[in-house]
Amino acid sequence: MNQKISKVMQETKPKKPILKNALRAFLVGGLICLFGQVLIFLFQKGFNFSKEEASNITVGLLVLIACLLTGFGVYDRIGQFAGAGTIVPITGFANSMASSALESKSEGIIVGIIMNMFKLAGSVIVVGVLSAYILGLIRYLWGLIV
Amino acid sequence: MKKVGRQSVIFDNVYVKSRAVYVGPKEYAGPLGKYFDGYFQDLYCDSKTWEKAEMNLYKCALEKAIEKAGLVETEVDYIIGGDLNNQIIIGSYVARNYNIPMLGVFSACATSMQGIILGGMIVDGGFGKNCLCMTSSHNATAEKQFRYPTEYGGKKPETATLTVTGSGAILLTSKPTSIQITRATVGKVFDPEYDDPLDLGRAMAPSAYLTIKQHFQDFDTTMDEYDLIITGDLSYYGREMLISMFKDDGIDISKKHYDCGLLIYDRESQDVHAGGSGCACCAAVTYSYLLKLLEEGRYNKILVVATGALHNPIISAQNETIPGISHAVVFERRK
Repeated sequence: MNQKISKVMQETKPKKPILKNALRAFLVGGLICLFGQVLIFLFQKGFNFSKEEASNITVGLLVLIACLLTGFGVYDRIGQFAGAGTIVPITGFANSMASSALESKSEGIIVGIIMNMFKLAGSVIVVGVLSAYILGLIRYLWGLIV
Repeated sequence: MKKVGRQSVIFDNVYVKSRAVYVGPKEYAGPLGKYFDGYFQDLYCDSKTWEKAEMNLYKCALEKAIEKAGLVETEVDYIIGGDLNNQIIIGSYVARNYNIPMLGVFSACATSMQGIILGGMIVDGGFGKNCLCMTSSHNATAEKQFRYPTEYGGKKPETATLTVTGSGAILLTSKPTSIQITRATVGKVFDPEYDDPLDLGRAMAPSAYLTIKQHFQDFDTTMDEYDLIITGDLSYYGREMLISMFKDDGIDISKKHYDCGLLIYDRESQDVHAGGSGCACCAAVTYSYLLKLLEEGRYNKILVVATGALHNPIISAQNETIPGISHAVVFERRK
């Protein structure tokens, strides 16, 4: 009986549209990056900011836009279309924090928002810090050898 | 009342006295919108939080069912209710406002038919005259509990389902009415060793298949006896799998089988992925639409199989699989 069920389960397994998902992610993720690049150029050429200043303002602006789109209930719809395309850029990080904050608003400021804001984003920070540490260590050791 | 075969029972005097269904905006906008007793224009349902919104839906359905039956609170002997929230808080918190004894139940999205089976046993056993069986689910409370925040931009695969926002109430009684509940089959927990929480339809399909097969075996019958075979929330991919499993046995159920998750929404236009799911899915479609068709004489005898995925994010994270459970109930028209 169990064999038969697992056989049918295998046979009817729906295929994941990996190529389609990858193309959409590439397109939307690329467009977000292009938009960021255009902003950097504008801030540099139009407002005479240094490259570093222009990048900082651009990042802040992208985060603000992502948070607003999350609040208006638009970001999750774009995410459904784009998949990794909207999760990987900084906008995805902003969305994960804003959506967690919104979701836990009903449990109040402390137990709700403050305690839950990093529920999803926390993992990105942990992995980020950890991988930066490991890579930094490798670079340091490499420097000693070469 | 008596037990038949390994898992089934026959009811002698269990009838449906009244039923009420309240839903959210998306369900109302779906193909069955006009059959529901009431709806709310947004997911908050005149409340401040998602959980309280679900409680409000539950309360509306509960009161409407009692009102439609022409009863007062004290004439209802029991509420049997359950939902998807931790510690089944929705049903329990609503029940604190009523002077009615309450039994809380849970078998995920199969809770609706579990309630009816237990209520039927109570009514047929003479332990009460009127038994109100309740269930509810809410899209946002389910997302919050089982998945990600509602506004999170993660992509859902095509196999994912949309949890129905709604609540269904059905009042069982021992006095004859136009709809009788005659048979039931209690499902076993079956683990298909499948672990994708975004493909629950296929995780539940084997348990639905086993319950239906057991039902036929216990009553020594075939699907020809029934006008319709309904499943709760297998949705598109789960239904495909159920049909394939029966096809393997040389039985074609595709013409008689309908799934509530595919009936409640219009998959083409409503962006619901594989279809609807949740406790309220089977309850809303069965109590409002299917029993109405039965009452009108379009059908005489239907088998409703509520399907539940016993999914819990904590145990899933511990590399566990997702077992399923399905309970079946037979509704018949009486002239």
